Amino acid sequence: MPKDHGIGASPKRREDVRFLTGTGNYTDDINIRGQAYVHFLRSDVAHGRIKGIDSTAAAAMPGVVQIFTGADFEGVGGIPCGWQITDRFGEVMQEPAHPVLAQGKVRHVGDPIAAVVAETAEQARDAAEAIEVDLEELPAVVNMKAALVDGSTKVHDDLTSNLCFDWGFVEENKDAVEQAMQDAAHVTTLELVNQRMVANPMEPRVAVGDYNRATGDHTLYTTSQNPHVIRLLMGAFVLGIPEHKLRVVAPDVGGGFGTKIFHYAEEAFCTFAAKAVNRPVKWTSSRSEAFMSDAHGRDHVTKIELALDADNNFTAVRTDTHANMGAYLSTFAPSVPTWLHGTLMAGNYKTPLVYVNVKAVFTNTVPVDAYRGAGRPEATFQLERVIDKAALELGVDPIALRRQNFITEFPYATPVAVEYDTGDYNGTMDKLEEMADFAGFAARRAASEKNGKLRGLGVNCYIEACGIAPSNLVGQLGARAGLYESATVRVNATGGLVVMTGSHSHGQGHETAFPQVIAEMIGIDESMVEIVHGDTANTPMGMGTYGSRSIAVGGSAMVRATEKIINKAKKIAAHLMEASDSDIELKDGQFSVAGTDKSVAWGDVTLAAYVPHNYPLEDIEPGLEETAFYDPSNFTYPSGAYACEVEVDPDTGKVTIERMLAADDFGNIINPMIVSGQVHGGLGQGIGQALLEQCVYDDDGQLLSASFMDYAMPRAADLPFYEVDHSSQTPCTHNPLGVKGCGEAGAIGSPPSVVNAVVNALQSAGKDVTHIDMPLSPSRVWAAMNG
Amino acid sequence: MAQVSMTVNGAAASGEVDGRTLLASFLREQLGLTGTHVGCDTSQCGACVVHVNGAAVKSCTMLAVEADGAEVATIEGQAAADGTLNVIQQAFQDHHGLQCGFCTPGMVMSATALLKDNPKPSEAEIRDYLEGNICRCTGYHNIVKAIMAASGQDIPAIAAG
Repeated sequence: MPKDHGIGASPKRREDVRFLTGTGNYTDDINIRGQAYVHFLRSDVAHGRIKGIDSTAAAAMPGVVQIFTGADFEGVGGIPCGWQITDRFGEVMQEPAHPVLAQGKVRHVGDPIAAVVAETAEQARDAAEAIEVDLEELPAVVNMKAALVDGSTKVHDDLTSNLCFDWGFVEENKDAVEQAMQDAAHVTTLELVNQRMVANPMEPRVAVGDYNRATGDHTLYTTSQNPHVIRLLMGAFVLGIPEHKLRVVAPDVGGGFGTKIFHYAEEAFCTFAAKAVNRPVKWTSSRSEAFMSDAHGRDHVTKIELALDADNNFTAVRTDTHANMGAYLSTFAPSVPTWLHGTLMAGNYKTPLVYVNVKAVFTNTVPVDAYRGAGRPEATFQLERVIDKAALELGVDPIALRRQNFITEFPYATPVAVEYDTGDYNGTMDKLEEMADFAGFAARRAASEKNGKLRGLGVNCYIEACGIAPSNLVGQLGARAGLYESATVRVNATGGLVVMTGSHSHGQGHETAFPQVIAEMIGIDESMVEIVHGDTANTPMGMGTYGSRSIAVGGSAMVRATEKIINKAKKIAAHLMEASDSDIELKDGQFSVAGTDKSVAWGDVTLAAYVPHNYPLEDIEPGLEETAFYDPSNFTYPSGAYACEVEVDPDTGKVTIERMLAADDFGNIINPMIVSGQVHGGLGQGIGQALLEQCVYDDDGQLLSASFMDYAMPRAADLPFYEVDHSSQTPCTHNPLGVKGCGEAGAIGSPPSVVNAVVNALQSAGKDVTHIDMPLSPSRVWAAMNG
Repeated sequence: MAQVSMTVNGAAASGEVDGRTLLASFLREQLGLTGTHVGCDTSQCGACVVHVNGAAVKSCTMLAVEADGAEVATIEGQAAADGTLNVIQQAFQDHHGLQCGFCTPGMVMSATALLKDNPKPSEAEIRDYLEGNICRCTGYHNIVKAIMAASGQDIPAIAAG
């Protein structure tokens, strides 16, 4: 019988009502009296020197308030990078300046050159067209390997080359891995591309800056996954505004998927310009602008080698990746191909030796940063593809090969510096086998073949690391931030609670799921708990939502604060019942004295806290409000086993997903309905990457896929009903809820199984195809089949 | 500037617009009906779908002046006066057919138009019909389920999870 209340129940989402009735409050819905509108003039070439900007004619256009260029931002800080990598040789990465508006050069299509503030958005756009830019076009570097050739055009003239860093991990294992490759009975090698993706949350980015000249207070409304981080980065590093004079509000946010983590120039511009023109200033991105200004994802070119002994035990993994940084370092870009990728290269397997080399490269393209999964999909894809290729080469069953090499004892310290606390990889694979009816596959293949189609089955596993932590470790790894989370729990006199959390919800359903935890802890109804988030004025310091961290880190902070509340409430209850606080028990919203029939209700205690007439004032303060900061001691490690069945039309190369199955281990689960929804969405994005999506630049750095006409977003008819399960649960051992996080799993776990399935289908027709690079478009599949 | 008048969610609405003002902009900026969203600039995403004289229309691709005299229905007019969700809205909530909510108004308006013409659509018919509505959060699974549920079909028999 499913629970109807508390942890493990699936109450309907309370946030849905406003979204279903058109009464949400997204940033573009915010209009402030007297606001002006901004339009950015963006570079239409990938690389060029700005020799002059003449905005005289534009400034005289109707409605123009003021025109800004890079010159207006001299003396203002640049957009900072939040993570510094130290390379194989002990040197810190090359870190170029990133001005708010271009200074001297433009470095990618979309780089902002000037900004027009005008009375209407149309007037701003019209005037931007009248700005004359004298631009000397320079050769562009787009291909990463070409960018590293001596004498290549440099994206940044003041850097020594286009190499941001050359990272080795674990550098001390490099020689041992080489020896293991030489000693191996078999080495499987695979070269692949993890293509550039565009996150494309459906809500484009928006920023509204507001300034109060009387008080000196700045407010920025922005489409962000982490308003406090924006406040800190923009306030401290760009504009020099102290946090107490800067409020950042991220209200309802229409999806993020990583690309709304980062601090963007447009946010700094609107905040700056609101003061300069003494009016609220609003910018709403068009979708085309989003394609050329939202940070992109992935874009790795990789060679991976897997060494096996004569008994098919994995003995070593070596991977060599070029990771595209784009033209500037986005907020967390350097961490993605390094610590979020290299540390996952052991996967679910007890491979004793791993060496990861990553060369991060500047090119004349939009900056690349975290996109759903961030480094972990790249790690999973190469590992799970090379294992399938090895199984094919060795003529062994790919599932048996995986099972043979699974880590089975926990905690497990990998050779890539992380310690998995719990997991049961055979358990999720057993569950997958139970769901997938592999025994019936032969019959399903025969049926497809009867219809002239090829059918393939692909399987893969994944491990991910969520809730990146602890702060003292990530500091050593180069993070310029702490990675804790905070929560303040305020109990009102009549017993209702308000939780102010640093986590941010932009689709994840925190407003529904977080109260379930409190309801379980106190034994009250969820309706007594309200969640407040997304406004630096109303919440304690927060690190926001990304990396599947909200329930594991933000939820844990909320638990810690609620524990403090309960401890204090027990003291009050003990006083009211003239008992010892160690004898007080809390169940179903009632405090009772153990072994007696004495009890007081939750509401009696909360009222006493605020009307302290009969109250232990000499021992405790009135009121009932507590804050906790939670800094995890380790990552969490969700894992799972996925399967995909495809049909391939041999005449056209078109791939159809017939079945997509996910057996995940997320540890304990707060709201199964929401968790399934998160997996569905991840699967949709993972299948999108596998079959459809690709951000394409031509050799001159022109962005060819800059609209939904050109960039193939998955649509309803591209996707099947999914079969998902999360009943395999090995709770996390180091956070109070035993939770692991579920937001990225689907996007991490699904691409390899799709590609494995297509390769399997082609092999079934006798085609000597061992790999096709994503996206597996009909033309690529057809070309692979027809040599 | 031109004067336009129309009926929006049953009430008279009018305003002065530029010839180039889109219906979506008129609804959002002049009438304050911000439930209709704009998610792209190429008429692909469908977040802006409203009904004009009973037909589903992408309001980012229609000029406000073209809707002069029309009956327009938006997401704000779908629930009952007392706030009770209609059958389709309720099915979206019951089946977790939305996450961030940004595409949701367009999805609901498209689903409404579909069910008007085809009261019991198959899964494939729903997926085909939603060709012009992009969702990035849900992988469409629960949206399709919600629309089937709203049409009275037996959901547990159709899709797990």
